[in-house]
Formats: sequence, structure tokens, C-alpha cells
Amino acid sequence: MENLKQELKEKIIKDLNLEDVDVADIANDDPLFGDGLGLDSIDALELIVMLDKDYGIKITDPKEGKSIFESIDTMAAYITENTKK
Amino acid sequence: MDKKRYIQSYCRIEGNQVSLNGKVMYKDAAEEVKDFFKGLYKHMEISYRKFFKMDNLSKLAFLASEVLSKDIGEYHRNTAIVLSNKAASLDTDREYQASINNPDEYYPSPAVFVYTLPNIGIGEISIKHQLKSENAFFVFNEYNASFHHNYEELLIKTGKSAAVLAGWTNIDADNYEAFLYLVSEIGEIEHTEQNLNKLYNN
Repeated sequence: MENLKQELKEKIIKDLNLEDVDVADIANDDPLFGDGLGLDSIDALELIVMLDKDYGIKITDPKEGKSIFESIDTMAAYITENTKK
Repeated sequence: MDKKRYIQSYCRIEGNQVSLNGKVMYKDAAEEVKDFFKGLYKHMEISYRKFFKMDNLSKLAFLASEVLSKDIGEYHRNTAIVLSNKAASLDTDREYQASINNPDEYYPSPAVFVYTLPNIGIGEISIKHQLKSENAFFVFNEYNASFHHNYEELLIKTGKSAAVLAGWTNIDADNYEAFLYLVSEIGEIEHTEQNLNKLYNN
């Protein structure tokens, strides 16, 4: 799980062009949106594409996104849970 | 009596070099466009996270507007933006097309898609400087001083705008060129078609 969290941080920085952010700047429970990492609605769409492209997980209900993308912790938990199936 | 309009400040960005009012203010030897833009961004000590998300056409327009802003101060809140170029957003359109060419690897990027319009750079400048003003983007084969002059004069003369941030921002792969200027009622170079051509061709 810790490896996955590290991987997610690296992917988010790379895929979302967060050039002024380091992996060490992102705590596992930091909010990804709003006051935390400050991601926006386009970033949310990119995260949905990332889950599909890199982990084979399709989010069919957009309402799910809010809880899945709350933090690195919640993303990692969702990916772990859904790739077991 | 009708007041005269002036080219208050102007800048050029091309060939790894930036000039402001005719004087070179920055140059480097970056081999890639994105590295040159990043170097200029850091040189000007801009702190604006959204910059890194922009496509190259928007970065070019944004950086040119920042160069002018360093010279003139903050833009008047009623500053119109009128830009033009030769290839619209073709540079980014190609990147987006590449992401959807292969049906087996069909992952269209929302972050690239939002930049597949040439006027998005105008939006980026407007957001940064909180401008809620007139704006337009035109496509010509080459910089059209006559058209620009008439349009910019009209915006100020009719009271639609207090000033106009205008010019040519074109990018096609490794070739980029920005000629941006601010038209206002302050300055020394009169806003005429001849002067626009002269500054552009200098």
C-alpha cells in the first residue's frame, strides 16, 4: 500500500504538471482539492483517466469521485479494493 | 478634442530571446520551447502554479503579458485583449489528436483538450489579472497591423476599453513568436499602423 501511495504521488505530479510540487510535499491525508493540493475540475477528469489508463478502473458514477479523490489514502484504498476484484 | 492613443510598451519573444521596448532583457540557450518558457518564468520570479498546466501557446501569451506588466505595472481593469496568429491552436490540436489516434490506446486528455482553442490564452491572462473586458482572437496569414490598429482604436474611441493589450502570438512546434504591446492614452510612440509595422519588423 505504501508503494502505491508513493506511485500515486509521482503520477499526480507528472500527469497534472505540478512542477513546483515535490512528493514530500504531499501528505497521505492531505486534501487533493480545495485548500490542500489545490487541484481543479480538469484535474479531477485527468485523475479519472489515470485510474482507467494505469489501473484499469472505470468510474461510471461521477458522484463516486468526490470520496475516491479525497486524498492519497482514499485513492490508494479504492485502487487496492477494486483491483482485487 | 480626441485624445491620441499610444503604444505604451511593447515586447517580443522569439528565438530564445525576450526584448522589452527594443532592449534585450532575457535570453538563454534552452533547446526545447518548454524549457525556454520555464527559464523565463523563473527569471521573472513569477509564482503562478497554473502556468505549468498551460499549453505552449497560452504560456507564450501569458509570459509576454507578464513582461509588459513588469514594465507598466498592473493592467487597468478595463483592458481589452486582442490577439492574432497564423495557426490558431494547431500546435495543441496535434497533441490532442495524437492521444486519440490509436483506438486501443484511446485516452483523450481533458487537460490538453481544454487548450484546443486559440483564445484560451486570453482567458489565462484575464484570470491572472482579473480582467473582465472585451477580447477577441483572430487568425491571419501574418501580423496584420492595419486590422489591429483599426480594431484597437475602435475599442478605446468608443469607450469599450480604457486600454488594449494586443499583438501576435504564434507557435508551431519549435517555432514561436510573440509581439505584444499595450495601447493606451499614455506613452510616446503614437498608435499608428506605420508604427505598429515598424516595431513588428524591427
